[in-house]
Amino acid sequence: MEQLLSVLIGVLVASAVFLMLSRNLLRFLFGLILLSNAANLTIFVAGRLTPGAPPLVPDGLDAPIGDVANALPQALVLTAIVIGFGLFAFALILAFRTYQSLGTLNTDEMRVAEPKEIK
Amino acid sequence: MSWYLTLPLIIPFAAAIIAFLLRNTSGGAWVSIIGSGLGLIASITLMAVVLDAGVVAGQMGNWPAPFGITLVADLLSAVMVLITAITGFAVAIYALGDITARQGKLGYHALFQILLAGVTGAFLTGDLFNLYVWFEVMLIASFGLLILNGGKEQIDGGVKYVALNLISTILFLTGIGLLYGMTGTLNFADLALKVDAIENQGLLTVVAMMFMVAFGVKAAVFPLFFWLPAAYHTPSFAVSAVFAGLLTKVGVYALIRMFTMVFDHDIGFTHTVLLWVACFTMVVGVLGAAAQSDFRKILSFHIISQIGYMILGLALMTPLALVGAVFYLVHHIIVKANLFLIAGIAKRLTGGTEVYKIGGLYKSAPFLAILFLIPAFSLAGFPPLSGFWAKYIIVKATLDVEMWFVAFIALAVGLMTIYSMTKIWAEAFWKPHPDGIEPELRTLPNKAAQLIPVAGLAALTIVIGLNPEPFVIFAERTTEQLLDPTAYITTVLGEAR
Repeated sequence: MEQLLSVLIGVLVASAVFLMLSRNLLRFLFGLILLSNAANLTIFVAGRLTPGAPPLVPDGLDAPIGDVANALPQALVLTAIVIGFGLFAFALILAFRTYQSLGTLNTDEMRVAEPKEIK
Repeated sequence: MSWYLTLPLIIPFAAAIIAFLLRNTSGGAWVSIIGSGLGLIASITLMAVVLDAGVVAGQMGNWPAPFGITLVADLLSAVMVLITAITGFAVAIYALGDITARQGKLGYHALFQILLAGVTGAFLTGDLFNLYVWFEVMLIASFGLLILNGGKEQIDGGVKYVALNLISTILFLTGIGLLYGMTGTLNFADLALKVDAIENQGLLTVVAMMFMVAFGVKAAVFPLFFWLPAAYHTPSFAVSAVFAGLLTKVGVYALIRMFTMVFDHDIGFTHTVLLWVACFTMVVGVLGAAAQSDFRKILSFHIISQIGYMILGLALMTPLALVGAVFYLVHHIIVKANLFLIAGIAKRLTGGTEVYKIGGLYKSAPFLAILFLIPAFSLAGFPPLSGFWAKYIIVKATLDVEMWFVAFIALAVGLMTIYSMTKIWAEAFWKPHPDGIEPELRTLPNKAAQLIPVAGLAALTIVIGLNPEPFVIFAERTTEQLLDPTAYITTVLGEAR
């Protein structure tokens, strides 16, 4: 399972980098969300995968019995997903506003705030 | 529950909520000022407690460390929180004269307070994942502030700022995941103990480099700084002042924290990389500034070159160098925020920030000229201002370890800084205005609100400059804590209740 997820993370990162090298802002953002999902999966795998042992505490006890799955990485991933979602929503709106006011999504053509080119 | 640890966080959040509810009235600005004022009192209290106790820690929700959420304040955290509060208070007052009613309606004051809360949280947290969360709080607030005006320039700068910062965030998150996988903990104190037990120290160095790149983007070091000069000259002056003062310094703080406490296993490699990074950052930043002619762009590139000095202090890793880094950090926040505030006044008086197209400030507004000279000379390192001592300690530290060439670079960059400051001085202040305008301070609307914070921050620079001894002694105590984190670790882990 770890190997499979590692390969998946690799594929996600590779396609993310491919997309992010594009000059189109929207493609860049799609790459970004793939990359953030790869990061989330990394945390998930790094916390070790323990199938079939939910971390449930039996009635009347303080701690679960035996080896159970690590619940912390899931909490971390959940937080990261929520934050990532918020940032991505902002970035999408920003891309939309960019297209509206600058009339382009090509990052090479965004030079309003840059110094004037001397010809 | 230790209220003095939580108050510096609760106050700005509460102020943000109230300011948001009052955003349609003129009350938002005042809520922001009062909130920042209370925050300043809270952080002075925190400082007093920390000076007394050394390190204080609190476990939120009473879950013992390393499982719960830990807030820790050692001397470095406390001084960063205090300086954040001072800058926040100054900028909150300045906003009265800078932020329009329209920007207030769009939620400027609420976002500003959330930014302060995010920065403060990043300084106070004792846990790597919470550091990530506070970074995000800070980041999303800064996104909002940056593009608040919604003009073409802001959006252009905003795209670059958002894109590069999001990449750094994801890298940071991946680093957290890998470090957790190796150590099984995220608490700084616990990490400091457990990293030594890792068998594969090479892998730890790889993760350290991921953190270095992630924090390096935030701190705007060479070659990762390109988002900074693309964005910092676009928003309102109050916004760029607080960005310039605080945001990059959170990155520097995170670097200092991680690379003194956790990643000190292979100093020969990681800190040599930092040394090269520091030298290039200093040189490239100052050369970039020399090529610019916009008031704020010159200052933006100088942020980068000054960050180099702080990283240099961290890279040398000797006690004196770290003293210099801490001293530099504090001095730089005050001076840089002040220069951006002055740029705002200059723009309102002369109608622009392009230094070749403005002028005449010395003749008609001599008071502003003096106020500019103080932080500008301090930045360049003139005695007896704060920047002189900061540079002196760093250069002395490089000479002590006999790195002559590095010392030469540090001094040469100081000289180039004077060149840029003289350029601003000669063009914006000395020469007559090309359009014949004679800008006078009298005509400035809301001038008290703009001049008081500038004068206050300038006075602080002079106080540190004339009386550096208590600040150096403080920085020495801070360095002792950084190099020997035993007190930090026992306070965090031993206080399990």
